[in-house]
Formats: sequence, structure tokens, C-alpha cells
Amino acid sequence: MSDLICKNLNMTFTNPQTGSKIEALKDINFSLKKGELLSVLGPSGCGKTTLLNMIAGFLNPTAGSMSLGGNLIEGPSVERGMVFQQGALFEWLTVSKNVDFGLRMKKTPKAEAKKLVDKWLNIVGLQGFGDTPTYQLSGGMQQRVALARCLVNDPDVILMDEPLGALDALTREKMQSLILELWKETGKTILIITHSVEEALLLGERLFVMAPRPGRIHKEYKLPFAEEGLTKPLREIKHDTRFGDVREEILSMIWDMEEEIMGGA
Amino acid sequence: MLSWVSEERAFIAAVVIILLLLCFTISIFIGVKQTAFREKDEVFGDPERTLGGWYWTITGVSSVLLLWFYFSWGIGRAFFPEAGNEMCQIAKLETAIAPITATLPINTRYFKSTTLTRRNSEQLEILLSSMPTSIFTKIEQSELIEIIENSKAIIGVFSNQKNQSKESVAFLKKISSDIRKLSAELRLGFDGYLPTKEALAQPNWGTTYIEIPLLPITSKGVLFDSISNQASIITKTFLKTRNNSDAGDTLIESTKKKISLLKATNKSSVFDEDILIRRKAYVKAVERIFKRLDDGTIFPPKAFDGLNYAVTDLFTAIDETKGGLKLIDTLFVPGAGVIKSRTQCTEQGSGRWLPKPTDVIASFLKLANPNIEAGGGYKGSTLFWWKWLPIADLIGFIIPDKIIDLLPGEYGRHSDTGNFQSNYKDNLLALAQGDIYLGSIPMLDGHIWDSVFRVLVALILGIGLGVPLGIYMGVSRFFKSFFDPIIELYRPVPPLAWAPLILTIFGINDDGKIFLLFMVAFAIMVISARTGASGTQLSKIRASHSLGASNRQILRYVILPNALPEILTGIRISIGVCWGTLVAAEMLAGTTGIGFIENVARVVSNYELIWVTILIMGLLGLAFDIMMRRIINKTIPWRGKG
Repeated sequence: MSDLICKNLNMTFTNPQTGSKIEALKDINFSLKKGELLSVLGPSGCGKTTLLNMIAGFLNPTAGSMSLGGNLIEGPSVERGMVFQQGALFEWLTVSKNVDFGLRMKKTPKAEAKKLVDKWLNIVGLQGFGDTPTYQLSGGMQQRVALARCLVNDPDVILMDEPLGALDALTREKMQSLILELWKETGKTILIITHSVEEALLLGERLFVMAPRPGRIHKEYKLPFAEEGLTKPLREIKHDTRFGDVREEILSMIWDMEEEIMGGA
Repeated sequence: MLSWVSEERAFIAAVVIILLLLCFTISIFIGVKQTAFREKDEVFGDPERTLGGWYWTITGVSSVLLLWFYFSWGIGRAFFPEAGNEMCQIAKLETAIAPITATLPINTRYFKSTTLTRRNSEQLEILLSSMPTSIFTKIEQSELIEIIENSKAIIGVFSNQKNQSKESVAFLKKISSDIRKLSAELRLGFDGYLPTKEALAQPNWGTTYIEIPLLPITSKGVLFDSISNQASIITKTFLKTRNNSDAGDTLIESTKKKISLLKATNKSSVFDEDILIRRKAYVKAVERIFKRLDDGTIFPPKAFDGLNYAVTDLFTAIDETKGGLKLIDTLFVPGAGVIKSRTQCTEQGSGRWLPKPTDVIASFLKLANPNIEAGGGYKGSTLFWWKWLPIADLIGFIIPDKIIDLLPGEYGRHSDTGNFQSNYKDNLLALAQGDIYLGSIPMLDGHIWDSVFRVLVALILGIGLGVPLGIYMGVSRFFKSFFDPIIELYRPVPPLAWAPLILTIFGINDDGKIFLLFMVAFAIMVISARTGASGTQLSKIRASHSLGASNRQILRYVILPNALPEILTGIRISIGVCWGTLVAAEMLAGTTGIGFIENVARVVSNYELIWVTILIMGLLGLAFDIMMRRIINKTIPWRGKG
């Protein structure tokens, strides 16, 4: 099966001037089954983004290995789609041209590509915006385009690097529902990195809390809220007492870590 | 048909000036009213405040045009078309008595005799104290001292009233009384003086290459003209007047002998080369001062009193007779005045270097006339027109002859019978050399096109080679490090500093200038494309990797469009710098182009043409920039919004 497996991942950055080494990640082990929704949380500097960039293939680990569906991960690939914080859209292209980008690179026949693009624009709620230049879109709409651009390529895993970090609260909640819907409808494996505890709880079947220095998985949770979110309004879930308890637990955990860093520094 | 416009340009200018004045006053009136009206609801610093306000634009433009008309004497000529001719007659009179005026403290502070005495005495003292004793014998030294003392004595003799010759006293008296007669005649007025038919037939002020015709066309002018004729006869007498006396002559004779003896010694004796040179130099310096004194131009201090009074009075008389002309001169002819040359009177000061707007237009129309036989164009080329260009010339320009040499086979030879049968290689060579007639195509032509063409070709080459290199330098360590030193070393050199070298290597025709401009455009394009390429956000490149793009695809579809804003800005800068460099390069060398016209105009002091070229260059540069701004707004609307 197309599981994502990470074995003994280590990442050490060397400062080219001083030669000093920083252990960004140390002995990361986990596997993610197809269709699982994983959120990763942690204080800043704990290596969340490094982990994501390694899975995406932008960085090579100094030790350890990663594989997706039995194939070793050695570089970026269409199998692992990526959604960035600021969308990273091509502002010189229209919405549909942005979504179409991956298909064009693959030289997909035009008619087929057009069908796919229209389908995904519909799903993310951007029907009728195909010819709009992306720089005229709001932040939420830009992230919808980024999602559609990623999904049109039919990746096995979708990697999201703080995808909703730059959005206002209301848009954020709408986008969270959209991500859950997409997860359910497509059955894709999704890995979300976030710095919002609430978001991590809502968008994670599984949740890793990472700790810094060296970057490692501190604690893993299995959560029911993502499944519930498919049927219930998100705001209702947030008022659940179980939700509140876990949130407080994680918040104090991260608070302690931050204290430790500040004390040590 | 158009000659009417040319001849009546003073009248047309007068109408235009009145219209400009109306525009100026009316728009100020509207502007002030609008400002008062808006003051109430406007916030200071509101960006909207800078919008609109066409009336101030009209005020600004018309005030600039009015200033131009004023300082170019356009207003003076338009409303007082005869003033120039009258001023010319006065200039004649002033020129005629100029040699007399020069000896008197009229435009200077001292009598000329005073100045001469002072200066020469000082220089004689310096010579005496700096005598090089090592190269002259004792006897020669005392001879030299005697020559210098004699020269001083000559000054003394001439300055003494008692020694002045009776003849020169009589001459000066006669000249003074003649000048007083002229003043009296001027004061009688110009009634009864009439201009000749010949004078009235002269062209108007400024309509031909003769600026102001010489012959007087008004009664006042005729009076001044006749006075100036009499004045030149008086001046001739004055110039012959010398302060010769017996006492002076004896001194001069004996000194002359001493000098020629010294000079003879210098010739006959055997001196070392360097000593001889110094001896000759000193004797020459002494002789030079002596020769300034021996011609009797120094007069006693009171000798010119009568003459001074008469000439000062003549100038007063001129001023009185000028009448209204004096006011016109002060108000409407700013700067120096009119001066008289041999064949015409010319404007001096701003009237000279700032041609009147109407004259500039006339000059432009002449230049823009595509009919070269009828005097249009400049130096055998039109300003901006078209011609039939043989296709063969184009092919000959594009295909290098050397390529034909590389083809297999040999060029033909003459046969035993002395005939020449050309083979395929000969035929191809003829094609490459542009010898085969293939019909013609219409092609733009003229000085402006030549300049624009050079910029265009250089830009296309610079963009075509500079952008790809710049993009690669923005993404590749090898390209960046390999080419960076080369480009950074030649780029900071001002383009014109390259010009002498490049023009020597590539020739003064199109090739050299195109290469020079190419160098300019290339460096700018490389740097802007590099900045644009290396400024691509990492997340965009990563996103395209994840979307399955290959490196080549990322270059073409992500990095290139991402660098487009910088590339277009680079093109805009290149056009500006190329245009500036080109004009300067054309001034250095060449036979066509807008800079060439200005350079020739500069050499022949044709200020109208200089202004025409300046205006053309400014307008073309502006047109280029507006075009680029339009292109930028259309092509990269996302700029600053991404």
C-alpha cells in the first residue's frame, strides 16, 4: 500500500562560517497509512518545516530514509503535493492557468486538462473565477487556488505548511471545513503543519507534538475531532469539554518547552 | 505658398504672443478662482490635490513660451520689426568711432596712454631686475641697462606736454571739432532723411540667413547711417595721428642701434645652444617693449581732454536721438545688443544663442522637407522619410561572404580563350555580396531613422543575449561566478569612454555605434535579468518542483516570467542610456544621425538647428519612455501586487 514511512530520520545543519552543528531533527520514526490525516504541532524551531521539506523532497536527511508506497523518497515529485503558507501562486497566470500548471508540465491534452481544472475549481468553490488574475484574489481564495493546483495533479500525499496561517479567523474556519471535506472526498493522506493548537486538534486524526533541541516527536495523540468535524459544525466541536481538555494539556506542554528554551538561552 | 508664412513670421509671432498672454492671464484667473473654491473641502496632503488643474498647466506652458519669446527677442521683433535695423545703424556709428573711444576713458576707467605708461614701466622694471647676468658680458650688461633706461626715458618724453608735436595738437583739435559737428547734426533730428528703394527691398529681420540687413529702412536709421559714414572718415584721420617729436626720435634711433648690435652678436658668436636660446629670449623681451613705445601712441596726460569731451557729448547726442528706441532696447532686447559685422548686423547675447520660436519652427520645417533637391533634409539625408531598399543589399548585409568560402569546390577561373564562366560558387558569392538584383522593398530612411535603427538593433541584440545569460547567472553558480567579473569590470566604465576604442575597431558607421550601444544594453539587461531571476521566491520554485516541472520548465515558466518586471525595467533604462550614448557617439564621429546634425550645427554656430535637434531628441526620448511605460503597465499588471 502507499504508506508514508519515515525511519530514523536525522537532520543536522552545519553553519558554514563557524562550523557549529545544529541538530534540527533527531531519530524521527513514524508511518502514515493511506488516507490518514496527520497534524504536526510544536514551538518554533522544533523542525516541523524541516520535516515537511524532507518529505516533500526539497531536503535530503543526513541519516535515515523515507519511503512512499515502497519507493524511496529522493527528490520532489508529483506524488507529494505541497501547499505553502502564502499560496506561492504564479501571479502572472490566471486562476485556471495556475491550477492547470502541473497538467501543462505533464503535457496533458488540453480538453482533458480543462475538464479537470473546471472540476477542481468547482470543488474548492471557485467556479467562475477561472479567468481572474490571482493577484486580485483575497487570501482565502488564493489558498483555495493553491489547494486546487495541488489536487489536480492527483498526489498520494498532500503536504501543507501552515496553509491557513495568514488568514483571518472567519476565513480560516471556512478553509478548515474545506480541508476536512477534501480529505473525506478524496481519501488522500494529508500532513498539516500548524502553529495553532485548535487547528491541529481539528485537522488531525493523529497529532504529533514536537519538541525542539534536538527536534523530535514529543508525544502522539489519536483524536476523534476530525471525523466529527465532517458532520458537525467546527464551532460546536470547539466547545466540547474533551476538546478543551486536550487543548489545555497541549498548550501547557508547549508553554513548558518555550520556557525551557528561553531559560536555556 | 509657404513663403508668405515665412516672410510674415513677425506678424504671426505677434498674434501668437498676444494669444499666449491671454491664455496666461485667463488660466491664472481660473486657477486662482478654483483654488479659492476648493480650499474649503480639501485636506492638505490629500493625493487628490495633485490631480487635475489643467489651468496651471496652461499657465506653466504659456509662461515658458512667453519667456522663450522674450529672451529670444521674439517679442521685440514681432512688435517692433524696424527696431533691429535702427539698432544696426547705431551699431555702425559705434563701430565707426570705436578706435577713438578705445583711447578714452569711456567704456574703461583710464586713458589708453595712462594704461600703456603704467604697464610698460612695470614690465621694464621687472626686466631690469631679472636680467640673467651669467650669459651676458659686463659690456653687454651695461648696454642692456642703457636700452631699458632709454625706453623709460621715451615714455617720459612722450608724456611731456612741451614735447608734443604742433602737428598732432592741431590734428586732435580738428578731430574734436568734427565730432562736435556730428553731434550737432544728430541733434537737428531726422526730418527729411529718406530710405533708399534698395534698402526697402531688403529681406525682413531674420527671414533669410542675413539676420539684420545693413541698409537703413527708416528716417532715423538713415540719419545714423550718414553720421556713421562721416565718423569713419574722422576715425581714419585719428588713426594716423602720432605723438612724434624730435627729442623722442633721437632717443628711439640710438636705442634701435643698440638693440640691433646685440642681435648681431647673438647671430655671429659661437654660444652653447641653451645659452644662445636664453640670450635671444631676453633680448627679444626687451625689444618687444621698446617696439610698443616707439610708435608714438603715448600722449601727454591732458592731450585728449578736448576729444574726450566731444566723444562723450556724441554719445549723449546718440542717446537723445534714439528716443523711443531706447525704451525698446532696454525692455525688449535683453542681453547684449546688435553688433555690426562686414555684411550684416547680428544679434548678440540671448538673441543669438536662443533663436526665436518661429525661426526654430522654420528651421525644423526645412529640415523635415524630404525633397533634398529643394534644399530639404541635411547633408544629403532626409530627416525622417522612406526609400526603396534593394533586397540584395539586405542579403549582402546579413550573409557574410566568408561563409561562401567554406563551401566545397573552387571559384571559377578564366578559360584558355580568355572567357570567364561563373560556377555555382561564384553565383553564391555574388548573392552574398549583394550584386544580384532581386527587387526592392520600401524602407524607412533619414537621420532620425538612422539613430532609432541603431538603438533598436543594439537593444534587440542586448536583450536577446543579455536576458538568457542574466537568467542563467541568477540560477547557476558557474554562470554567476564565471561571467560576473567580466561584466562587472566593463560595466562601470562610462559608455563614452569606450567610444574612441570601439569606433576605431568597428568603424564610424553603424557597426561601431551598434556595438557600443550593445555593450551598454547588454550589461544592463544581464544585471536586471539576473536580479529578477535570483529574486524568485523559493516557495514558487519548490511548488513548481512538486507540481512536476523539470528544471528547464521551471526556467521557462516560472523564473523567466518572475523576472519579467525587472527585465522590462531594464529595457526602459537601456533605452534611456542607449539614446544618450548614441547621440554623443554620433557627435564624435559619423555622417548621419540626429547627433551628427547637432555636431555640424555646433561647428557652424547654427543655433536654430541646435535647438531643433535638442527638441527632436527630447521628444523622441519622451516617446520611447511613454511607450515603455505603456508596455510595462500592460505586460506586468501584477507588479507590486504579488
